[in-house]
Amino acid sequence: MPEHTLLEVTDLVKHFPVGGGLLSKPTSWVKAVDGVSFHVAKGESFGLVGESGCGKTTLGRLVMRLLDPTAGTVKLDGKDITHLSRSALRPLRQQMQIIFQDPFSSLDPRMKVEAIVTEPLRAYDRIPRGQRREKAVALLEKVGLRAGDMDKYPHEFSGGQRQRIGIARSLCVRPKLIVADEPVSALDVSIQAQVINLLDDLRVEFGLSYVFISHDLSVVEYMCDRIAVMYLGGIVETAPADVFSVNSRHPYTRALLAAVPLPDPQGQVPPAPLDGDVPSPIDPPAGCAFHTRCPYVHERCRIERPVLAKTGERHWVACWLNAGAGFSV
Amino acid sequence: MEENLLEIEDLSVHFHTPEGIGRAVDHVSLSIAKGETLGLVGESGCGKSVTSLSILGLIPSPPGRIHSGHIYFDGKDLRSMGENALRHVRGRDISMIFQEPMTSLNPVLPIGRQVAEPLMVHHRISRQAALEEAVQWLNRVKIPAPEKRLHEYPHQLSGGMRQRVMIAMAMVCRPRLLIADEPTTALDVSIQSQILSLMEGLRHETGMSLLLITHDLGVVAQMAKRVVVMYAGQVVEVAGLQDLFERPFHPYTQGLLKSIPRLGSRAAGKKERLKEIKGTVPSLLDPVSGCKFADRCPRVFDVCRERQPELEAIRDGQQARCWKTQFSERSGRYA
Repeated sequence: MPEHTLLEVTDLVKHFPVGGGLLSKPTSWVKAVDGVSFHVAKGESFGLVGESGCGKTTLGRLVMRLLDPTAGTVKLDGKDITHLSRSALRPLRQQMQIIFQDPFSSLDPRMKVEAIVTEPLRAYDRIPRGQRREKAVALLEKVGLRAGDMDKYPHEFSGGQRQRIGIARSLCVRPKLIVADEPVSALDVSIQAQVINLLDDLRVEFGLSYVFISHDLSVVEYMCDRIAVMYLGGIVETAPADVFSVNSRHPYTRALLAAVPLPDPQGQVPPAPLDGDVPSPIDPPAGCAFHTRCPYVHERCRIERPVLAKTGERHWVACWLNAGAGFSV
Repeated sequence: MEENLLEIEDLSVHFHTPEGIGRAVDHVSLSIAKGETLGLVGESGCGKSVTSLSILGLIPSPPGRIHSGHIYFDGKDLRSMGENALRHVRGRDISMIFQEPMTSLNPVLPIGRQVAEPLMVHHRISRQAALEEAVQWLNRVKIPAPEKRLHEYPHQLSGGMRQRVMIAMAMVCRPRLLIADEPTTALDVSIQSQILSLMEGLRHETGMSLLLITHDLGVVAQMAKRVVVMYAGQVVEVAGLQDLFERPFHPYTQGLLKSIPRLGSRAAGKKERLKEIKGTVPSLLDPVSGCKFADRCPRVFDVCRERQPELEAIRDGQQARCWKTQFSERSGRYA
């Protein structure tokens, strides 16, 4: 572990009940996050990729303590926040903020931009009103909006501008950690680049750490220092961004990479790399969760769940291939 | 010159709103040859979906209205056809698949019925025969155990399976043109790649033409041979795939290509700042006198703000709507 660890997540588990009612027991459990460990260093941008339903959003919310974990621990700056009460958590919330995917539903349509951006400040009641307005202006300019936008309502802005408002709001309490859940997925290509560049600049300027959640491998590779790939509630691989595309070792990561259509006219339609769908997280396969779709499956994979093993500098993989070293290129 | 299956000539579609007239499609012309895959690229609101909906007369009216232009399918003007005649074209000669399979399938009908329906309507064959054909198509789009699935409802299927059902439904009458509007945008990458190769296989096998509407340049690169780029209701560039990626002419096309992060760039040891296109798309409500891209264009001249450029040929198979065509850099090596 590097010494400047900001976020440390250990064996985190979240199971959601299915069925059942007020008096009856749930009939089964969705294992949304099932034993996940990772850490994020100060100033690091850590990517979480995976397909829909892999648990990446749930994981982001667990980190923020917007959901209570079933088991495991979350440590922020060395402090265990897993079991803190709401009131004890309140001051810590200033240190971690979240940016949501949908810039339309994440801003209150009846609030003016000033109120939206300064709402976190009001919640923590730290500075007088006049200064709050000043601060809001400074933040808006920082994210590329104008002071004149303060008295407008969200509907007067485009998607990209709304996302900027959401970013300004998250920065307002000077957080150390930002969980960005698909922050550019709802944006058009030309606007996406603007927001990616903005997030990149802000990270340097404010020394932020990101947990950057996305399904888009190209965006995550670009934005992050380290990338974790999730499948069915578990991390199957974490790799530094500069080896991710060429030297990743989990068969699932390789399949994901192969499936990305490259903006290159030389590329032909590749053979569908993976057959079938992701199994249900209610009843995940025994052993390695990926074994039902893995082209390299062997006996051990069906029985024993692989754990993350180190295969290189900051590079870990959970796969039984090559005695736990994963697929080799 | 190959024979064109579809020709859109000077199409304008206007939306009449309380705020004014929105020119969603503004003098658009394009053509698709027999057996060709044409990519139609652009960002939200650029008019790509409205263009495709007007082919089949599906523009919600009011507020929308085809203001002018012609749409020829196999030589026949679809616009002058009556609703009855058009109904025979829809689903039989031209069919369409949409982005969100959940909202385009009927939630209260079993999928077998839905796949069989076009056959019963257009070919007037019995339900039994239509269902048998439906099973074959479900099998061809690789839905496991199709006989059993016939009786299932859309909510019982995953997103990828639903999109397969949509494709089976669209293909069952063997259309000559398939319009696919963002067919894989709602799907995960591994499922996207399955659906794309399925569509490409079917096109190859049946010789149909494919109009593929997408915002994803990666998807275009894999599927299309020729690409039309739209911006703010207009066609701004038409190019062969190779030309589009290697020598894009319009500053908007160039900007789009530079603004996307490329997978593998980090491994190549470079993290170059993405080149963003500044500003936002203009409102379709305001009449713009000059080029619609002028406010965001890094190469803007005076004339760009005064008069609108026409779509001009640059080289064989490539056209652009840009005043640059009238000036020097005909070589296309505009930095």
